Amino acid sequence: MFFVAGIALGGFLTVWLMPNDSIVLVHPHLAADLYQSGLTDYSGLVPVELFNWNSLFSLRGFLLMVVGGFFVGFGTRYAGGCTSGHAISGISNLQLPSLIATCCFMAGGFFMANVILPYILNL
Amino acid sequence: MASNEGTQKSNDYQNRALDAVCVNESKLSHPYWYNLKYLFVGSLFGVVFVKAEIISWFRIQEMFRLQSFHMYGVIGSAIAVGMLSIFLIKRFNIKTIYGEKVEFQPKTFNKGQIYGGLLFGFGWAMTGACPGPLFAQIGTGASVIVVTLLSAIAGTWVYGYTRTKLPQ
Repeated sequence: MFFVAGIALGGFLTVWLMPNDSIVLVHPHLAADLYQSGLTDYSGLVPVELFNWNSLFSLRGFLLMVVGGFFVGFGTRYAGGCTSGHAISGISNLQLPSLIATCCFMAGGFFMANVILPYILNL
Repeated sequence: MASNEGTQKSNDYQNRALDAVCVNESKLSHPYWYNLKYLFVGSLFGVVFVKAEIISWFRIQEMFRLQSFHMYGVIGSAIAVGMLSIFLIKRFNIKTIYGEKVEFQPKTFNKGQIYGGLLFGFGWAMTGACPGPLFAQIGTGASVIVVTLLSAIAGTWVYGYTRTKLPQ
Protein backbone atom coordinates (compact mmCIF):
# COMPACT_ATOMS: atom_id res chain seq x y z
CA MET A 1 0.00 0.00 0.00
CA PHE A 2 2.79 2.41 0.88
CA PHE A 3 4.57 1.39 -2.29
CA VAL A 4 1.66 2.06 -4.67
CA ALA A 5 0.84 5.30 -2.88
CA GLY A 6 4.47 6.20 -3.53
CA ILE A 7 4.06 5.50 -7.25
CA ALA A 8 1.13 7.94 -7.42
CA LEU A 9 3.07 10.46 -5.32
CA GLY A 10 6.08 10.09 -7.63
CA GLY A 11 3.89 10.70 -10.68
CA PHE A 12 2.42 13.80 -9.03
CA LEU A 13 5.82 15.16 -7.95
CA THR A 14 7.29 14.64 -11.41
CA VAL A 15 4.55 16.62 -13.12
CA TRP A 16 4.68 19.28 -10.41
CA LEU A 17 8.44 19.69 -9.96
CA MET A 18 9.89 18.52 -13.25
CA PRO A 19 7.51 19.79 -15.92
CA ASN A 20 8.27 18.71 -19.45
CA ASP A 21 7.24 21.24 -22.07
CA SER A 22 8.17 19.20 -25.10
CA ILE A 23 5.26 17.34 -26.62
CA VAL A 24 5.22 13.55 -26.78
CA LEU A 25 6.54 12.61 -30.21
CA VAL A 26 4.30 10.00 -31.74
CA HIS A 27 5.31 7.78 -34.63
CA PRO A 28 3.83 9.19 -37.88
CA HIS A 29 1.98 5.96 -38.72
CA LEU A 30 0.39 5.84 -35.27
CA ALA A 31 -0.48 9.54 -35.52
CA ALA A 32 -2.08 8.97 -38.93
CA ASP A 33 -4.19 6.09 -37.59
CA LEU A 34 -5.25 8.07 -34.53
CA TYR A 35 -6.13 11.06 -36.73
CA GLN A 36 -8.45 8.78 -38.71
CA SER A 37 -10.26 8.07 -35.44
CA GLY A 38 -10.52 11.77 -34.66
CA LEU A 39 -7.74 11.88 -32.10
CA THR A 40 -5.47 14.88 -32.46
CA ASP A 41 -4.22 15.68 -28.96
CA TYR A 42 -0.96 13.88 -28.18
CA SER A 43 0.20 16.29 -25.47
CA GLY A 44 -0.33 14.10 -22.42
CA LEU A 45 0.96 10.71 -21.37
CA VAL A 46 -2.62 9.51 -21.51
CA PRO A 47 -4.67 10.70 -24.51
CA VAL A 48 -7.08 13.19 -22.92
CA GLU A 49 -9.58 12.72 -25.75
CA LEU A 50 -9.98 9.05 -24.86
CA PHE A 51 -9.56 9.04 -21.10
CA ASN A 52 -11.76 11.66 -19.48
CA TRP A 53 -14.81 11.62 -17.22
CA ASN A 54 -17.24 12.43 -20.04
CA SER A 55 -16.02 9.69 -22.36
CA LEU A 56 -16.41 7.20 -19.50
CA PHE A 57 -20.10 7.16 -20.34
CA SER A 58 -19.57 6.54 -24.06
CA LEU A 59 -19.18 3.01 -25.40
CA ARG A 60 -15.58 3.68 -26.48
CA GLY A 61 -14.52 5.09 -23.12
CA PHE A 62 -16.35 2.39 -21.21
CA LEU A 63 -14.61 -0.36 -23.20
CA LEU A 64 -11.15 1.20 -22.87
CA MET A 65 -11.30 2.12 -19.19
CA VAL A 66 -13.72 -0.26 -17.49
CA VAL A 67 -13.36 -3.40 -19.63
CA GLY A 68 -9.64 -2.77 -20.24
CA GLY A 69 -9.05 -2.27 -16.52
CA PHE A 70 -10.96 -5.45 -15.74
CA PHE A 71 -8.74 -7.41 -18.18
CA VAL A 72 -5.63 -5.98 -16.53
CA GLY A 73 -6.72 -7.00 -13.04
CA PHE A 74 -8.21 -10.37 -13.93
CA GLY A 75 -5.35 -11.30 -16.28
CA THR A 76 -2.68 -10.31 -13.78
CA ARG A 77 -4.14 -12.55 -11.10
CA TYR A 78 -4.87 -15.42 -13.49
CA ALA A 79 -1.38 -15.33 -15.01
CA GLY A 80 0.17 -14.99 -11.55
CA GLY A 81 2.00 -11.77 -12.29
CA CYS A 82 2.28 -8.71 -14.49
CA THR A 83 4.96 -7.06 -16.57
CA SER A 84 7.27 -6.56 -13.63
CA GLY A 85 6.49 -9.88 -11.95
CA HIS A 86 6.83 -12.12 -15.00
CA ALA A 87 8.59 -10.23 -17.80
CA ILE A 88 11.23 -8.52 -15.68
CA SER A 89 11.64 -10.44 -12.42
CA GLY A 90 10.67 -13.85 -13.80
CA ILE A 91 12.77 -13.82 -16.97
CA SER A 92 15.79 -12.40 -15.16
CA ASN A 93 15.51 -15.38 -12.78
CA LEU A 94 15.33 -17.67 -15.85
CA GLN A 95 11.83 -18.96 -15.17
CA LEU A 96 10.25 -20.71 -18.16
CA PRO A 97 6.63 -20.08 -16.97
CA SER A 98 7.43 -16.35 -16.90
CA LEU A 99 8.73 -16.47 -20.46
CA ILE A 100 5.53 -18.24 -21.56
CA ALA A 101 3.42 -15.66 -19.71
CA THR A 102 5.38 -12.78 -21.26
CA CYS A 103 4.91 -14.22 -24.76
CA CYS A 104 1.16 -14.38 -24.07
CA PHE A 105 1.15 -10.76 -22.76
CA MET A 106 2.76 -9.69 -26.02
CA ALA A 107 0.53 -11.89 -28.20
CA GLY A 108 -2.59 -10.49 -26.49
CA GLY A 109 -1.27 -6.94 -26.83
CA PHE A 110 -0.36 -7.32 -30.50
CA PHE A 111 -3.77 -8.78 -31.30
CA MET A 112 -5.65 -6.08 -29.39
CA ALA A 113 -3.60 -3.12 -30.66
CA ASN A 114 -3.56 -4.16 -34.31
CA VAL A 115 -6.80 -6.06 -34.85
CA ILE A 116 -9.45 -5.02 -32.32
CA LEU A 117 -8.41 -1.59 -31.03
CA PRO A 118 -8.86 0.21 -34.40
CA TYR A 119 -12.55 -0.78 -34.29
CA ILE A 120 -12.91 0.38 -30.68
CA LEU A 121 -11.26 3.73 -31.48
CA ASN A 122 -13.68 4.28 -34.35
CA LEU A 123 -16.77 3.74 -32.17
CA MET B 1 0.46 -32.76 16.59
CA ALA B 2 3.67 -31.08 15.59
CA SER B 3 3.74 -32.81 12.20
CA ASN B 4 0.09 -31.87 11.68
CA GLU B 5 0.95 -28.25 12.17
CA GLY B 6 3.79 -28.64 9.71
CA THR B 7 1.50 -30.00 6.97
CA GLN B 8 -0.96 -27.22 7.57
CA LYS B 9 1.77 -24.64 7.27
CA SER B 10 3.08 -26.09 4.01
CA ASN B 11 -0.45 -26.23 2.55
CA ASP B 12 -0.99 -22.64 3.48
CA TYR B 13 2.34 -21.78 1.87
CA GLN B 14 1.43 -23.57 -1.37
CA ASN B 15 -1.91 -21.78 -1.57
CA ARG B 16 -0.28 -18.43 -1.11
CA ALA B 17 2.50 -19.25 -3.59
CA LEU B 18 -0.16 -20.08 -6.20
CA ASP B 19 -1.77 -16.72 -5.72
CA ALA B 20 1.05 -14.29 -5.46
CA VAL B 21 4.01 -13.22 -7.54
CA CYS B 22 6.24 -13.84 -4.56
CA VAL B 23 5.58 -15.01 -1.03
CA ASN B 24 6.63 -12.84 1.82
CA GLU B 25 7.73 -15.22 4.54
CA SER B 26 9.14 -12.49 6.73
CA LYS B 27 8.23 -12.98 10.37
CA LEU B 28 9.23 -9.47 11.33
CA SER B 29 6.67 -6.86 12.22
CA HIS B 30 7.39 -3.19 12.43
CA PRO B 31 5.69 0.05 13.42
CA TYR B 32 4.01 1.81 10.50
CA TRP B 33 6.72 4.40 9.91
CA TYR B 34 9.08 1.58 8.86
CA ASN B 35 6.91 1.47 5.75
CA LEU B 36 7.80 5.02 4.77
CA LYS B 37 10.88 3.73 2.93
CA TYR B 38 8.53 1.83 0.61
CA LEU B 39 6.75 5.13 0.00
CA PHE B 40 10.13 6.56 -0.99
CA VAL B 41 11.04 3.68 -3.33
CA GLY B 42 7.52 3.84 -4.80
CA SER B 43 7.98 7.56 -5.45
CA LEU B 44 11.23 6.90 -7.29
CA PHE B 45 9.41 4.26 -9.33
CA GLY B 46 6.69 6.81 -10.15
CA VAL B 47 9.22 9.46 -11.22
CA VAL B 48 10.92 6.97 -13.55
CA PHE B 49 7.55 5.85 -14.94
CA VAL B 50 6.70 9.40 -15.93
CA LYS B 51 10.10 10.60 -17.07
CA ALA B 52 10.80 7.49 -19.17
CA GLU B 53 7.27 7.68 -20.65
CA ILE B 54 6.66 4.09 -19.52
CA ILE B 55 3.12 5.10 -18.56
CA SER B 56 2.47 6.71 -21.95
CA TRP B 57 -0.45 5.17 -23.81
CA PHE B 58 1.23 6.22 -27.08
CA ARG B 59 4.47 4.37 -26.27
CA ILE B 60 2.52 1.19 -25.51
CA GLN B 61 0.68 1.45 -28.83
CA GLU B 62 3.99 1.95 -30.65
CA MET B 63 5.40 -1.12 -28.91
CA PHE B 64 2.51 -3.31 -30.05
CA ARG B 65 2.64 -1.87 -33.57
CA LEU B 66 6.43 -2.35 -33.76
CA GLN B 67 6.82 1.37 -34.42
CA SER B 68 9.37 2.18 -31.77
CA PHE B 69 12.12 0.44 -29.85
CA HIS B 70 11.39 2.51 -26.73
CA MET B 71 9.54 -0.02 -24.55
CA TYR B 72 11.65 -2.96 -25.72
CA GLY B 73 14.71 -1.03 -24.59
CA VAL B 74 13.13 -0.25 -21.21
CA ILE B 75 12.01 -3.83 -20.54
CA GLY B 76 15.21 -5.34 -21.98
CA SER B 77 17.49 -3.21 -19.83
CA ALA B 78 15.29 -3.90 -16.78
CA ILE B 79 15.76 -7.64 -17.38
CA ALA B 80 19.53 -7.17 -17.73
CA VAL B 81 19.69 -5.26 -14.44
CA GLY B 82 17.42 -7.87 -12.81
CA MET B 83 19.67 -10.71 -13.96
CA LEU B 84 22.77 -8.96 -12.65
CA SER B 85 21.04 -8.23 -9.31
CA ILE B 86 19.90 -11.83 -8.87
CA PHE B 87 23.36 -13.09 -9.79
CA LEU B 88 24.99 -10.78 -7.22
CA ILE B 89 22.43 -11.64 -4.51
CA LYS B 90 23.01 -15.37 -5.03
CA ARG B 91 26.78 -15.13 -5.49
CA PHE B 92 27.44 -13.02 -2.40
CA ASN B 93 24.44 -14.26 -0.43
CA ILE B 94 23.25 -10.70 0.12
CA LYS B 95 20.70 -10.34 2.91
CA THR B 96 17.69 -8.02 3.10
CA ILE B 97 18.15 -4.82 5.08
CA TYR B 98 16.82 -6.70 8.11
CA GLY B 99 19.37 -9.46 7.68
CA GLU B 100 16.97 -12.05 6.25
CA LYS B 101 17.96 -14.36 3.43
CA VAL B 102 16.57 -13.57 -0.03
CA GLU B 103 15.01 -16.74 -1.40
CA PHE B 104 14.00 -17.33 -5.00
CA GLN B 105 11.04 -19.62 -5.53
CA PRO B 106 10.82 -21.45 -8.84
CA LYS B 107 7.53 -20.78 -10.62
CA THR B 108 5.36 -23.66 -11.75
CA PHE B 109 3.61 -23.69 -15.08
CA ASN B 110 -0.18 -23.62 -15.28
CA LYS B 111 -2.66 -22.73 -18.01
CA GLY B 112 -3.37 -19.43 -16.29
CA GLN B 113 -0.13 -18.06 -17.67
CA ILE B 114 -1.54 -18.56 -21.18
CA TYR B 115 -5.20 -17.53 -20.75
CA GLY B 116 -4.52 -14.93 -18.11
CA GLY B 117 -1.52 -13.69 -20.09
CA LEU B 118 -3.62 -13.15 -23.21
CA LEU B 119 -6.32 -11.32 -21.24
CA PHE B 120 -3.67 -9.18 -19.57
CA GLY B 121 -2.26 -8.37 -23.03
CA PHE B 122 -5.70 -7.19 -24.20
CA GLY B 123 -6.02 -4.94 -21.17
CA TRP B 124 -2.46 -3.65 -21.54
CA ALA B 125 -3.07 -2.54 -25.13
CA MET B 126 -6.48 -1.00 -24.29
CA THR B 127 -5.55 0.98 -21.18
CA GLY B 128 -1.91 1.53 -22.14
CA ALA B 129 -0.96 0.56 -18.61
CA CYS B 130 -0.15 -2.44 -16.48
CA PRO B 131 -0.93 -2.40 -12.75
CA GLY B 132 1.95 -0.21 -11.49
CA PRO B 133 1.60 2.55 -14.10
CA LEU B 134 -2.14 2.91 -13.32
CA PHE B 135 -1.16 4.50 -10.01
CA ALA B 136 1.36 6.78 -11.71
CA GLN B 137 -1.20 7.87 -14.34
CA ILE B 138 -3.56 8.87 -11.53
CA GLY B 139 -0.70 10.74 -9.86
CA THR B 140 -0.04 12.78 -13.01
CA GLY B 141 -3.60 14.08 -12.82
CA ALA B 142 -5.54 11.68 -15.05
CA SER B 143 -8.19 11.31 -12.35
CA VAL B 144 -10.53 9.19 -14.47
CA ILE B 145 -7.96 6.36 -14.34
CA VAL B 146 -9.27 5.78 -10.81
CA VAL B 147 -12.16 4.04 -12.59
CA THR B 148 -9.73 1.81 -14.52
CA LEU B 149 -7.95 0.99 -11.26
CA LEU B 150 -11.20 0.12 -9.47
CA SER B 151 -12.18 -2.03 -12.44
CA ALA B 152 -8.81 -3.81 -12.28
CA ILE B 153 -9.31 -4.44 -8.56
CA ALA B 154 -12.78 -5.77 -9.37
CA GLY B 155 -11.07 -8.07 -11.92
CA THR B 156 -8.74 -9.48 -9.27
CA TRP B 157 -11.74 -10.01 -7.00
CA VAL B 158 -13.73 -11.82 -9.71
CA TYR B 159 -10.70 -14.02 -10.37
CA GLY B 160 -10.56 -14.94 -6.70
CA TYR B 161 -14.27 -15.71 -6.74
CA THR B 162 -14.21 -17.88 -9.90
CA ARG B 163 -10.72 -19.40 -9.70
CA THR B 164 -11.87 -22.89 -8.76
CA LYS B 165 -13.94 -23.05 -11.97
CA LEU B 166 -11.16 -21.84 -14.27
CA PRO B 167 -8.65 -24.15 -16.02
CA GLN B 168 -5.39 -24.08 -14.11
